[in-house]
Amino acid sequence: MATTSAPAQAPLIAARGLTKRFGSFTAVDAVDFDVAPGESFGFLGPNGAGKTSTMRMIGCVSPITAGELRILGLDPATDGPRIRGRLGVVPQQDTLDTDLSVVDNLVIYGRYFGLTRAESRRRAAELLEFAQLADRAGDRVDPLSGGMKRRLTIARALINEPSILLLDEPTTGLDPQARHLLWDRLYRLKQRGVTLVLTTHYMDEAEQLCDRLVVMDKARIVAEGSPRSLIERYSSREVTELRFAVGVQETLADAQLEGIGDRIDRLPDRVLVYSDDGEAVGPAVHARGLRPETVLVRRSSLEDVFLRLTGRTLVD
Amino acid sequence: MTAPAIPEPRPSAGYLAAYEHQVLLYLRNWRGSLFSNFAQPALFLLAMGVGLGSYVDKGGANATDGVSYLQFLAPALLVSSVMQGASSEGTFPVLAGFHWVRRYYAMYATPLTPRAIAFGQLAWNATHALMVGSIFCVIIALFGAAATPGIVWSVPIGVLTGMAFSAPIAAFMSTQRDTNAWNNIWRFGITPLFLFSGTFFPIDRLPELLRPIAWLLPLWHGVDLARSAALGTIGQAPLLALAHVAILLAMAVGGTWAMFVMFRRQLEA
Ligand SMILES: Nc1ncnc2c1ncn2[C@@H]1O[C@H](COP(=O)(O)OP(=O)(O)O)[C@@H](O)[C@H]1O
Ligand SMILES: [Mg+2]
Repeated sequence: MATTSAPAQAPLIAARGLTKRFGSFTAVDAVDFDVAPGESFGFLGPNGAGKTSTMRMIGCVSPITAGELRILGLDPATDGPRIRGRLGVVPQQDTLDTDLSVVDNLVIYGRYFGLTRAESRRRAAELLEFAQLADRAGDRVDPLSGGMKRRLTIARALINEPSILLLDEPTTGLDPQARHLLWDRLYRLKQRGVTLVLTTHYMDEAEQLCDRLVVMDKARIVAEGSPRSLIERYSSREVTELRFAVGVQETLADAQLEGIGDRIDRLPDRVLVYSDDGEAVGPAVHARGLRPETVLVRRSSLEDVFLRLTGRTLVD
Repeated sequence: MTAPAIPEPRPSAGYLAAYEHQVLLYLRNWRGSLFSNFAQPALFLLAMGVGLGSYVDKGGANATDGVSYLQFLAPALLVSSVMQGASSEGTFPVLAGFHWVRRYYAMYATPLTPRAIAFGQLAWNATHALMVGSIFCVIIALFGAAATPGIVWSVPIGVLTGMAFSAPIAAFMSTQRDTNAWNNIWRFGITPLFLFSGTFFPIDRLPELLRPIAWLLPLWHGVDLARSAALGTIGQAPLLALAHVAILLAMAVGGTWAMFVMFRRQLEA
């Protein structure tokens, strides 16, 4: 895999041949990537791809098995606590203290980074405003909604004003409204120049938040680039989805569609035609005597990139 | 770009912050436990010491080293109760830390080391043991159950005994996902120890053959030490007292070391 657009500045995170094994099982298989300051970098991949394992190595809480990893120029093996002092971590599974109030969660966390109680309280109040949780400051954590807990976790991760914010599936399991609210907060952080590193298995999330991303599948990185460039490289401008009547779809011969569009993918329930001009596909299909029940033209997305790279859909 | 100056975190600050978290948890949730901290010793002393004691004492005070049964029982009961409390504190907060609340993982995402996290838990357990023991000691005094001022030694001895249990139990519980193993520890370990470590009757009432087994009962070391200090007989066997301290200390230190190792293993897994 050719590395595109080598970051101009010294990378905040540099991984070469980064590997994580659990016993004989390889969860992360010799991956290479760089994250530049101020960049918003994503790991996109299905469940089990190795995203969390990678994030935990970056978070300096899981020793690397092989390869090389430098974060802020330091080696996690020898400088773990020092690096962790400059990271903000939003883990995949919540680790909020449900026996403490919302504000206590932030204040005690600040103490871990060596803040004085007064400074920690000051930042906590500020961050609760940012996370739109100021009115819940004295409440227990348990009754908060999933989206509120995620926002609180993000606020907590910001208490040390981190150089890098690590987010492992920040919006998985949230309803659309909660997701958009969270994206908005993350977008503000990005605009302030905070370096974001996130994992997701949502295409729209990757397209919304990531300047650059790597596609992970089965412990390996299979592609790297900006969302746009990945779509251009591995897909086409537009995709036409054809749905045929039950029975027709199965008996359709490849030859009947050959030559239409740039490329064709046959899924169990529909046929995808990749082309630069999606509108032209419908008439072309009709001209061959085929009668699809529905014809849907849409812009190509990372979903298509993933399908092209792995032969599978991302969320099954 | 010039690399930002990254400060080296002071390790001691992490140890204190981890302890502070545990203190905060207590300050926010103490109401339920404090009442039982007072009520339990009072009930025990009332039932066992005063109730049962009135029968025992009729049989002649020489059955219990020449003091009333209540005075005989009090220091031992203090140590045993602190041990039980500290054993629980080595279990439930550890399961919560790793699985139910996962607060240890939150701590580990900061400059805190596994060692600091383990230390915070253990230091709190010792603090809690100190509180439980002190309250117990006050209640003993109120009951007139103190043979000599030496009863106050029961408190630090109770804390030491508590740590001799709490630390290794916490190390073991860090490998567990639920309370199944704990239920067995309590049923086949803690409860029999509570009953047969010389708390309620002197160990020399056991059949001759069984007596050496007392040395294998960790609680006996704490009970015997506290009792001899409280009854003023400790000077009669200073070497025995020293052996008690050494054994309890070895368990506490060994348990702490095991906890450091196991916490790291669990957090990095
Ligand atoms: N602690 C662990 N021990 C053993 N296997 C693990 C452990 N953590 C993750 N794995 C395995 O590694 C693979 C990658 O997991 P993970 O990194 O969590 O993937 P993702 O976050 O992309 O879903 C999975 O097959 C998972 O079962
Ligand atoms: Mg994951």
